[in-house]
Amino acid sequence: MQPQVRSAPEVEWARRLLAGDASAFTPFVESFQQRIFQYTWLMCGHREDAEEVSQDTLLKVFESFDKLQDPEKVKAWVFRIAKNYCLMKRRKSVFAPERELSLDELLPSSGGEARPIQVPDDAELPDEQVLRSELSGELERALRELPEIYRSAVLLRDVEGLSTAEAAEVLDVNEDTVKQRLHRGRLALRKSLAGYLEVAK
Amino acid sequence: MTHRHSHRDPACLEVFARLSEFIDGELPALDCGEIEAHMADCPPCIDFLNSLKKCVAVSKDFRSAADCPPMPPEMEEKLRAAWTAALARRG
Repeated sequence: MQPQVRSAPEVEWARRLLAGDASAFTPFVESFQQRIFQYTWLMCGHREDAEEVSQDTLLKVFESFDKLQDPEKVKAWVFRIAKNYCLMKRRKSVFAPERELSLDELLPSSGGEARPIQVPDDAELPDEQVLRSELSGELERALRELPEIYRSAVLLRDVEGLSTAEAAEVLDVNEDTVKQRLHRGRLALRKSLAGYLEVAK
Repeated sequence: MTHRHSHRDPACLEVFARLSEFIDGELPALDCGEIEAHMADCPPCIDFLNSLKKCVAVSKDFRSAADCPPMPPEMEEKLRAAWTAALARRG
C-alpha cells in the first residue's frame, strides 16, 4: 500500500469494518451514536427521538454495510440515513418556525448590536473555561432559534465537519444552496452571539 | 469619506456576501485578493470577519450538553449480527 494522507478516523474504522476487523466496531458505533444523537437532538428537540434515531440509523448502516462502496464517504452516507429517520420522526413546530433569512436582516446594525454580557466593572473577567461553557450553551440556544434549513447546514458543515459536497449529498440540494444556507446560518449565529464573541478571545 | 460601521456601503455588502466562502477557502484567488484589498482599508469589515471566524470556531468545538445514553447490550448484539450478515452477503 502506498503512503497516503491520513484519513479521518471514521473512514479508517469503516475501511476496517469492511475488511471484517471487529476491533473497529466499538469506536465506530460510539462515535456515530453520539454524533447522530446530537444532530437529531438539535434538529427535532426530543430526547427519545434522538436516541431512537441514532439506534435506527446504526442498525440500517450495519444492515447495508455491504453497500458502502467508498469508505471515504462514510460520514455523508451515515448522516443521510440519519437525516431521513429524523424526517420521519419529526413532530411539527418544535423549535424555530420555517422561514427564509435575508442577508439584509443579518447585517450588523449601526447602533451597536450585541446584548453585551454583564461583567461588573470591578469583577474579574470570567475565566476562559467558564466563558467557553457559557458560550457553548448560548450556541445551543442560538442554533435552536435558527430556522431548520440553516440549522441543518451549520450542524453538518461546522459542527460535524462535512465538506460542502457531502452536506449537499445529505441534504439533497446543490452545493451553492449549502453555501448560501451555511453563510446565512453563520451570520445569524454571529448576530445572536455577538456579545459573547466580543469578550471571548 | 468617513467609513461608518453601517455596512451599507456597496463594497462592504459585496464582501459581506462572500465571507463564509472566504473563510472556508472556497473562493477563487482573484476574489480573495479583492476581499483582502477591501479589508486592508476597512477596519469594520475586519472586525466583522474576525467575529464571524470566532463564531465558526465555536461551532466547530461545539458539543451539546445532552449526552447519548449508553447503548443497550441487546442493541449492540443486533448491530454486530447485522454487520456480520452484511459482510457474509457480500462474500
